[in-house]
Amino acid sequence: MTVPYSWQYLPLLMHICFAIGLGIFMLVASWFIGRRRFSKVKQQTYECGMMPQGDARGRFSVRFYMVAMLFILFDVEGVFMIPWAVIYKKLPSLGCSRLFGFWEIVVYLGFVAVGLFYIIRKGILKWSDDRADL
Amino acid sequence: MTLDLLHLMPTDLFRILPEVVLTITGVLIMLVDASLPPHVDRRNLGWLAALGTVFALLASQAQLALLQLAERTGFYGTVETSTFSIFFHVLICGIVLVTLLIALDTLPENGHHKGEFFALITFGAVGMCLLTSAVELLVVFIALEISSIATYVLAGYRKENGRGPEAAIKYFLLGSFATGFFLYGIAMVFGATGSTVISEIATRVHTGGHPGLILLALGLMLVGILFKVSAAPFHIWTPDVYEGAPSPVVALMSTAPKAAAFALLIRILYGAFPALQPIWTPLLWLVAVLSMTVGNLAALRQHNVKRMLAYSSIAHAGYLIAAFAGAGNTGITAACFYTAAYASMNVGAFAVVTLISGYEDELPLIKDFRGVLYRTPVLGGALIFFLISLIGIPFTGGFFGKFFSFTTAMGGGAVWLVLIGLLNSGLAAAYYLRLIVSIAQKPEGESPVPPVAQPIGVAVSAALMLAIAATLVLGIAPGEVLKNAAEGAYELMPHSMQMVNSLVFF
Repeated sequence: MTVPYSWQYLPLLMHICFAIGLGIFMLVASWFIGRRRFSKVKQQTYECGMMPQGDARGRFSVRFYMVAMLFILFDVEGVFMIPWAVIYKKLPSLGCSRLFGFWEIVVYLGFVAVGLFYIIRKGILKWSDDRADL
Repeated sequence: MTLDLLHLMPTDLFRILPEVVLTITGVLIMLVDASLPPHVDRRNLGWLAALGTVFALLASQAQLALLQLAERTGFYGTVETSTFSIFFHVLICGIVLVTLLIALDTLPENGHHKGEFFALITFGAVGMCLLTSAVELLVVFIALEISSIATYVLAGYRKENGRGPEAAIKYFLLGSFATGFFLYGIAMVFGATGSTVISEIATRVHTGGHPGLILLALGLMLVGILFKVSAAPFHIWTPDVYEGAPSPVVALMSTAPKAAAFALLIRILYGAFPALQPIWTPLLWLVAVLSMTVGNLAALRQHNVKRMLAYSSIAHAGYLIAAFAGAGNTGITAACFYTAAYASMNVGAFAVVTLISGYEDELPLIKDFRGVLYRTPVLGGALIFFLISLIGIPFTGGFFGKFFSFTTAMGGGAVWLVLIGLLNSGLAAAYYLRLIVSIAQKPEGESPVPPVAQPIGVAVSAALMLAIAATLVLGIAPGEVLKNAAEGAYELMPHSMQMVNSLVFF
């Protein structure tokens, strides 16, 4: 019996149906079973946690964005090293020497180190210095 | 003295030597910039960048030695060294060198982030160079991103002024949207053919059996590339970005990334989808006509010189794309030649505009240029020369660029395209002449004095001289460049060399 190509996506379709069904089930169930009380605390933005105050459209220091950006950069750079570490021992069986792999990562880390040196010298990581060269 | 680089280093490394040289230069600039105390002027880093670019240019020429080898690709078939890639490497390194020379004398002294400026230009050059030699779509994408991200940042370099961030944000948002299209195209083509290597795609286009997917891929990739060359209808960003970015940066980004993107367009169309030529020829016909007409009509209405030149660059993208209507590799030859001619005259024009308008664009309007010829005859004369070349009058590079482009389109049977192109050239002459007349008019007593009284620097004079020399050589003796372009085209598409020979009678 020949099965059409698209049938192999059947589990995916079932998964999607189940996920949507579960969501609907939870909403409907809480509508019928749950109790509803509207008090001042319940209507707040954060029911527990910090008290909301002021306007959300305030001004933030550009430093927040710099730090967030640097985190992403170094995070991704770190992620790149994981496949290298996994494959390193198998390199000879893949047709290139381990020394080649070693020098490749040295070049790579060299670039990362240059970037780190640059941002440190430019004072991006000095949280208290307001005269940093942003 | 010839250095035998071929036996001095691994072949793979030699294939990306210009990019390696530029990368090391950029990293060096960053290191020195970070090590120097903040108050020291970073101008000398610009000379370092220029030196690195010269070495990269020499390295590109040295790559000719690689052509002795039977193997054309390296790094597991991802980069190719051919006369085609070397042609564009030399062109891009030349443009970057001229841009750096302009920036050396026109950036304000002790400017903010000056070191970064030079580093970003060299890093951008890495991406542009790699874009012309990459033959695997993922490497192409990475190269495209390296070049784009550098230009996004450079576009917003004047961040104190409101227009700079506006230009950067517009360019960044629309640009990343366009690269998204391109990436989606790569995914589609991989889905349809199971490969991302350009030459393999060409052989599998027929056997793949997913014609819908292939067409979708072609369309998506065209959107991405046509955005980068600012062809209509993907041109909306151009005037705003050119107006907001500093003029030396505009000199770079109106030419070098475009040259790289045209190289990519040629590679994708003729390298990956030659079988679909009956489909993409009419598409590009339409894009060429739209770009020429929209660009020229809009340029007629401009009062700002940089905006006018931005619309003119859209029109020039149209003239260039007209060459793709030509048959076989004559189209490639004409397109390559046009890229070189356009780059030399446009870089020159923006160099003069930088000097006359000033770094902060103190005198941006066409009427502000009144009487420049009387105040500084050298600058006025140079700008008139570049504008004449942009019109396409003989003895300048612009003339032969247009001539070859329209001749090949005619040879490909696109008579209407050529007619529309010629009409557009006439239309374009009107607004170029408006600026020329303004330059040549006698200055009025009370009109503002252009800030060009100070002596013109050595570096920017050298840049102007290089641009003038290139435009003149391309206009008087185009044979050598045309021969190199034809060789590159022949290597890309080995059939129909005789058609190119019919073009090379100069």
